[in-house]
Amino acid sequence: MISATTAHSVVEPSTTTRRFAGSLVVLYAIIAMIPLVWIILTAFKSPDDAISYPPKMMFKPSLEGFCNVFTTRSRQTPEFIRSLGAPQGLCDSLARSRNMVVAGPSNYVPRFVNSLIIAFGSTVLAVALGTLSAYGFSRFRVPLKDDLMFFILSTRMMPPIAVAIPIYLMYRSIGLSDTRLGMILLYTSVNVSLAVWLLKGFIDEIPREYEEAAMIDGYTRFQAFVKVVLPQATTGIAATAIFCLIFAWNEYAFAVLLTSGNAQTAPPFIPIIIGEGGQDWPAVAAGTTLFLVPIVVFTVLLRKHLLRGITFGAVRK
Amino acid sequence: MNDLSASSQITYRAVPARPAVARRIRGLSDQALAWLFITPTIVLLLAINIFPLVWTIYLSFTNYRANRANAPTIWLGTDWYQSILTDPDIWAAMQVTAHFVIWTVVIETVLGFGLAYLIDKKFRGHGMWTTIILLPMMLSPAVVGNFWTFLYQPQIGLFNYVVAFFTGRAASSFQMLGDVTLSPWAIVIVDAWMWTPYVMLICLAGLRSIPGYIYEAAEVDRASKWRQFWSITLPMALPFIMLAVLFRGIENFKMFDMVNLLTGGGPGSTTEVASITLKRAAFESWRTGYSSAFAIILFVTVFGLANIYVKALNRVKSR
Repeated sequence: MISATTAHSVVEPSTTTRRFAGSLVVLYAIIAMIPLVWIILTAFKSPDDAISYPPKMMFKPSLEGFCNVFTTRSRQTPEFIRSLGAPQGLCDSLARSRNMVVAGPSNYVPRFVNSLIIAFGSTVLAVALGTLSAYGFSRFRVPLKDDLMFFILSTRMMPPIAVAIPIYLMYRSIGLSDTRLGMILLYTSVNVSLAVWLLKGFIDEIPREYEEAAMIDGYTRFQAFVKVVLPQATTGIAATAIFCLIFAWNEYAFAVLLTSGNAQTAPPFIPIIIGEGGQDWPAVAAGTTLFLVPIVVFTVLLRKHLLRGITFGAVRK
Repeated sequence: MNDLSASSQITYRAVPARPAVARRIRGLSDQALAWLFITPTIVLLLAINIFPLVWTIYLSFTNYRANRANAPTIWLGTDWYQSILTDPDIWAAMQVTAHFVIWTVVIETVLGFGLAYLIDKKFRGHGMWTTIILLPMMLSPAVVGNFWTFLYQPQIGLFNYVVAFFTGRAASSFQMLGDVTLSPWAIVIVDAWMWTPYVMLICLAGLRSIPGYIYEAAEVDRASKWRQFWSITLPMALPFIMLAVLFRGIENFKMFDMVNLLTGGGPGSTTEVASITLKRAAFESWRTGYSSAFAIILFVTVFGLANIYVKALNRVKSR
């Protein structure tokens, strides 16, 4: 993933060593993938297959999990079901085979939409604020620069529950409880520290000479920033944005403590998807699968910048 | 501030001919621009992080309860701090946290470094396999942690089935999440599964930063591979390993989401890490003043760790 350097150019490992190392790593990767594969398999199982013992590797694929995550159903007498017309769509006929009828859509889609709005809203804000601050810290002499940078980082070190106590009281008194705006502001404040640190690293790498040349050509500092630095920093800004998105998308602690309905995101919702008599595992797995797909895509897109992102820009390659 | 920078830029444009003056004015403008760029971030952090923190400090000296907001607030001084620091339950939670942090960090470091060492041998397809290994750490600990409760089910879970398959014990004879001796390990296993790739990635960067000529020189001196590992590889990758250890240590000290979903602190309080205790006090028994004091104690601890962490960061950076 990280582009191959020629660090060990002469002292190359032998073919046997390579094969041995390779097979151990592949073994680890396969074992580590089992839980993820199991999520996807469970999503396509019928409820009976999901809880059979021994666990089933081969089964007849079913879309019941996906139906159950998107709908709510109510149990009816067979006579009542027979009195209804033909089932409408696949989910309805699946529900009727279990003496149930689809009662309406579940809360999964609204929660998913909340996740999208809050993640994108906070990312845009955090990256915008972060880009400005990072440029300020990168190019100008700011008094107490190191202290300010440390202050910005330290806000991310607070345990989320410790932050949630006063935020809960504050939001309650100013009417931001359980609102998307409240969650966007909160996630922005958490993400902005990452954005500043990461983007400062990226902007530091852009030679100052570019802007200086532009300014000699008559650009003001601000114009040079917009027309020279921002285009150069596009990759860094995109990578930072994806990191912010992933954080906001995955966040659970604030969401479970500070939201209950209107602004609830998917992570606190998915674990409480319950069927009759306990958790409806195929539905949970289906909800989880849909929730994880964007992250898997982003991880592959981001693989060259992962190292930077997880170390706040400290390790570059 | 906006006006100031705009007007000084106009001034600068008007007098480009005099370099000394221009430089001074441009410098002024830069300063204004710097503050203009940095202030919004600082204001946001002051509003959403620092103001609440100050409020928490105030609440920690009172008997305030969030569910009885109209009751008179009484100043208690440092009573909460004294009772927390002498409370055996709090120390039990701290021990659970320490057990969790130490074991996860040890396992993740050993496995992560081992994997990085193997990947650094650059076998065919190592890039693709590295990306695959990295996947778990990008996923939501809450959503994936929740799914592990299914894998850990004694009757139907895959984890129990696999353990039963290899050990010959009955799959329903042990409960990873319901047993007081097994549940602390259940959360360690899930955390190690998620975060070993994280340590691996940082260690890999460390291994790749070692220049090849050092190994060449060691070969010339006929140092054994074993000797090369202990006197070149490990010492030179150490700052990176330290970085990973500190980062994992801080993150796991704050651990909430995965544990909350897997065990909720149970059975009893065997997996009640500090964040769970805090959440129970703050959002279940609504002892806001008490939990504020505990939050401040945790925050001071994390802040101390963060300080060490940033120093280590700078050391790695300056390499």
